[in-house]
Amino acid sequence: MKFPIYLDYAATTPVEHQVMDKMIQFLTLDGTFGNPASRSHQFGWKAEEAVDIARNQIAELINADFREIIFTSGATESNNLAIKGVADFYKRKGNHIITSKTEHKAVLDPCKYLENKGFYVTYLTPLKNGIIDLEELKANICQNTILISIMHVNNETGVIQDINSISKICTHHGILFHVDATQSIGKLHINLKDTKIDLMSFSAHKIYGPKGIGGLYVRRKPRVRLSSQIHGGGHERGIRSGTLPVHQIVGMGMAYHLAKNNIESDYKYLTDLRNYLWNGLKNIEEIYLNSNLKNGAPHILNVSFNYVEGESLIMALKNIAISSGSACTSASLEASYVLRALGIKDELAHSSIRFSIGRFTTKSEIDYTIKIVHIAVNRLRNLSPLWDMFKCGIDLDTVKWTHNSF
Amino acid sequence: MTYSKKVLDHYENPRNVGSFSSSESNIGSGLVGAPACGDVMKLQIKVDDNEIIKDACFKTYGCGSAIASSSLVTEWIIGKSLLEAENIKNTNIAEELDLPPVKIHCSILAEDAIKAAITDYRNKNKS
Repeated sequence: MKFPIYLDYAATTPVEHQVMDKMIQFLTLDGTFGNPASRSHQFGWKAEEAVDIARNQIAELINADFREIIFTSGATESNNLAIKGVADFYKRKGNHIITSKTEHKAVLDPCKYLENKGFYVTYLTPLKNGIIDLEELKANICQNTILISIMHVNNETGVIQDINSISKICTHHGILFHVDATQSIGKLHINLKDTKIDLMSFSAHKIYGPKGIGGLYVRRKPRVRLSSQIHGGGHERGIRSGTLPVHQIVGMGMAYHLAKNNIESDYKYLTDLRNYLWNGLKNIEEIYLNSNLKNGAPHILNVSFNYVEGESLIMALKNIAISSGSACTSASLEASYVLRALGIKDELAHSSIRFSIGRFTTKSEIDYTIKIVHIAVNRLRNLSPLWDMFKCGIDLDTVKWTHNSF
Repeated sequence: MTYSKKVLDHYENPRNVGSFSSSESNIGSGLVGAPACGDVMKLQIKVDDNEIIKDACFKTYGCGSAIASSSLVTEWIIGKSLLEAENIKNTNIAEELDLPPVKIHCSILAEDAIKAAITDYRNKNKS
């Protein structure tokens, strides 16, 4: 077994060897290094052909048309392009956007930005199980609503949203529907011919492709219009200018091609392994499951260990690479806003750990993880005054705490 | 979070972990922080007739630097008079442990814990 054990696949994944082999063919003089925008010679034509093949591989995974895929630098940029691009283009039609409190910051922050520009944003609070209440969603739709943005799989809890039903609501009301599919693409089946999604964000590096490349699906029929956010040479049908990074694009294409071939076996493998991990942990006293095993993505298990603080637990588990939430917010001292939005008490949100597994995770790594989590939780509870109080039967909610103002 | 070697050492090998019976009159107990904020420290001191801290112990729920800060102050206050212990400043703790700026509040909590334990002892021994 190689240490540290990597259990943070929801943050990023290593690149598959086949992906890397493909990428290195597109960098050097003896490879296909041309600029796909160069139409005047065969270096450019070859590069363009490689990009076309990759675009098709990506479209095939989600049953889209290759012309509906716009390359970006990653899902954060895709989310920005979708939300700001729609807001800017359709502002005469309306200025209201609906999203949820449990979205990734790459959706919430563009929404906050738009609030400063005169838009109104409704942030839905999901039900306790993490799922958007469709009745509440419908109740918040008004004449000015132009966009609903809901993620497919939550990056912290793995909860899956019912994007089929939300899609129907959007179609019924003539509202554009954006889905952040960063955590679901290649892991759950997405068929854009069956489900009417207008805009969908995704990236390569969560599914064994390279970092720094992603895409935005933009529906052609009926046509979705966007104001571009980056202006330049008019690449990507004028929606996203910038020289295409061919090596990253072909890597993404290969990763998506592999994902399509492996989606069933990956799903089964990850589900079995995640359930095995939970079965090994669930007998720990005062452990709380923040994920939903029945309606959750197969690669994420989020749990809270009451009376143990999350960061100290992560320190104790130094041979395991894990996180308490998204990588983007791991520098913050705040308890997870996602868990708090689900009504989870602050102290349990402070005690949460996200284990995320991948294609390369082994059963023996999970066995080791189960063993040392038990040891670390015991050690930290022996250090915890809250654990003593709990064991003495003191209700912590009745204690008058001295709040630290920091 | 990148921690100094001293934080890691106190975190790995915390000193003076434990509890004294808080009903004894020569014991002062301080409980500071709040679970919702992610840090709770319980610091206890055993004081002799000359107001010297003969022993100290702690239990902490919190991050690595909260555990290290409380562990360090138990080492510091053993053998000190109440007055000397009262004068320990959070800046001394933060400097000794080389705490990152976002973790300064852990040292403030440790200073508060000493003061709370001393206050508790004095309240018990008013006469």
